[in-house]
Amino acid sequence: MKKTEIKISPPGSMSFKLDEAWENRELLYFFAWRDIKVKYKQTYLGILWAVLQPLLLMGIFYLVFFRALKVSVGMSYPVYTFAGLILWGLFSSGITHSSESLLSSSQIIRKIYFPRILIPLSSLLTALVDFLVAFLLLIIILILFGQPVSWSVIYSFPLAVTLTFIASFGIGVLLAALNVKYRDFRYLLPFAMQLLFFSSQVVYSIHSFKQQWLTQLLYCNPLNGALELFYYPLKNGDINITGIMISSVSAIFFLVTGLLFFKKTEVHFADLI
Amino acid sequence: MKPVIEINQLGKKYRIRKTEPYLSFRDTITDSVKNIFRKKTENKKDFWALQDINISIGAGERVGIIGRNGAGKSTLLKILSRITWPTTGHAIIRGRLSSLLEVGTGFHPELTGRENIYLNGSILGLKKTEIDKQFDAIVDFSGVETFLDTPLKHYSSGMQLRLAFAVAAHLEPEVLLIDEVLAVGDMEFQKKCMGKMEEVSRQHGRTILFVSHNLKAINDICSRAVWMDNGKIKIDDTVNTVTTKYIESLHTGNTKITRPATQLTGAININDISILDAHHENKNIFTPGEKIGIAISLSNLSWTKNFSVGLALNTLSKGRILTDTIQLPAMDISSSIKKMIAWLPAEYLTPNTYIIDISVMNDNSGILDIVTDAAGFEIAITNTKFENLEYDYGVFSKELVWEPVA
Repeated sequence: MKKTEIKISPPGSMSFKLDEAWENRELLYFFAWRDIKVKYKQTYLGILWAVLQPLLLMGIFYLVFFRALKVSVGMSYPVYTFAGLILWGLFSSGITHSSESLLSSSQIIRKIYFPRILIPLSSLLTALVDFLVAFLLLIIILILFGQPVSWSVIYSFPLAVTLTFIASFGIGVLLAALNVKYRDFRYLLPFAMQLLFFSSQVVYSIHSFKQQWLTQLLYCNPLNGALELFYYPLKNGDINITGIMISSVSAIFFLVTGLLFFKKTEVHFADLI
Repeated sequence: MKPVIEINQLGKKYRIRKTEPYLSFRDTITDSVKNIFRKKTENKKDFWALQDINISIGAGERVGIIGRNGAGKSTLLKILSRITWPTTGHAIIRGRLSSLLEVGTGFHPELTGRENIYLNGSILGLKKTEIDKQFDAIVDFSGVETFLDTPLKHYSSGMQLRLAFAVAAHLEPEVLLIDEVLAVGDMEFQKKCMGKMEEVSRQHGRTILFVSHNLKAINDICSRAVWMDNGKIKIDDTVNTVTTKYIESLHTGNTKITRPATQLTGAININDISILDAHHENKNIFTPGEKIGIAISLSNLSWTKNFSVGLALNTLSKGRILTDTIQLPAMDISSSIKKMIAWLPAEYLTPNTYIIDISVMNDNSGILDIVTDAAGFEIAITNTKFENLEYDYGVFSKELVWEPVA
């Protein structure tokens, strides 16, 4: 048997210790499992809330934006918003929960060592489970509305989810680390989420904008690229490849910044939290 | 063979800030703006919680760490547990490590006992298959099998603790770090846990590093002890040598107080102070409720009319908590040494470290002699009544009369 040897020295190297995170994958699973269990304990409808929330919002947006404001998205409006809302749900609850995750786990952080990155990552996995449940309802809605779906769904859906996951993880991890040091960010978060929501093509379509600069600016919100990929097999229209590229670069930028900042501040978590 | 725990020149510096422990973004911004215009403001103070720590622990050794509050014991354990990082030096740990800075870390009140065993075990570094294998033993040990599928929030605090201990007792590390955890829980269960830990360390040659205020537990479990004081190692020796010296240090007044003759006023001097139990035996560590007496010997160089002896009881955290004086009749030079015992209201004192000041005054309240920090004793936590370490029980423990008023 290989002898484990732990060397403890002042912080310096910026190693990501991926092997260590992998070694602790069971803990990641247990954290996510705990969050899901706790989230729906003592609720009557349980995990059904994961589909009810986007469903109710879809109803509101249908009335406000489609019926009253006559917004056009180039396809069935309810299907469009519902699809958009569940991807938004993954993105937003991923960010919100992971940004709060370190603070709410402060007890554990002060008492035991494990790769800290598992905490925000598990929050994201929890959001992913909710997304998958809601996704089942999306399939039902697609059938009910008789929505044609092109074959590109095979690659475009997974790509959309991956892009959302990366962006959400990057922003979430960055905010989680910032929250430990500066509690200001938890008050900033609701406004940031509003900004992100209205800059995402969930209730409208970016294709309806004529100004190129505005379109490209909006794609800096990584969710817009993901949504573009997500809508593509449903819309049977053109796809904005440049937009997806901008979103991908933006997502990777957040991921790298988030991870670097997290790594840099990680050593002080237990002292600050 | 290489040592299992090797600590080299380890140091940890904390920066004490004027403001809250966490920053607001505004502070950082305003500070950096200020710093552009003026030289760096010195509103930060450095504090070394640990300095020059060198310890080498071989396989199978059981080492206890003792010292007063704030001596750096917990910081050392936190660094070895990798919860916080050292500022200088390094440490190497060879072997699978478990650290118990707390029992029941990560317990969630909404989850059932069964679920919490898995969650807690996993947080403590067990693999799922290992928990599966040990599950029955853990449940057996805890004695909560009937409530296994009840949410933890419906458990009594005692049951939660037993469950937490049961998981901790079934860890099978090669190196085990323990902090204070044995100071909680009911006595009987505590003994069971200590027994289990001793068994584990003796049979399997596990290395244990154990921090505690409970000198008895240290004596029972460890073979070697390290006494830490002000972030440094004071003595590193066999457990008997170290605990004896540690107790002596709390008990500085036991030896005769000798002063240069010039300091003696010629009236009355305090010669000797010691702490006694009910049988007039010297003792420093008591259990709650045990009788505690302070023996004071006085000597005089000349005849003195009326005088009084004062005693003050202090704790480190609360300061002076009790004083009393007694008027004494004239003391003749012929009866050169006068001895008396003051019995403390020990039945009302909560577990804590107490320090005694003794003074002698003349009838005008002028001080003839005074010895501060004359002696110290400890009331150990051995009672379920005081098991919650997070709670401040105060100094006095007395049941009150609660009268309902219509």
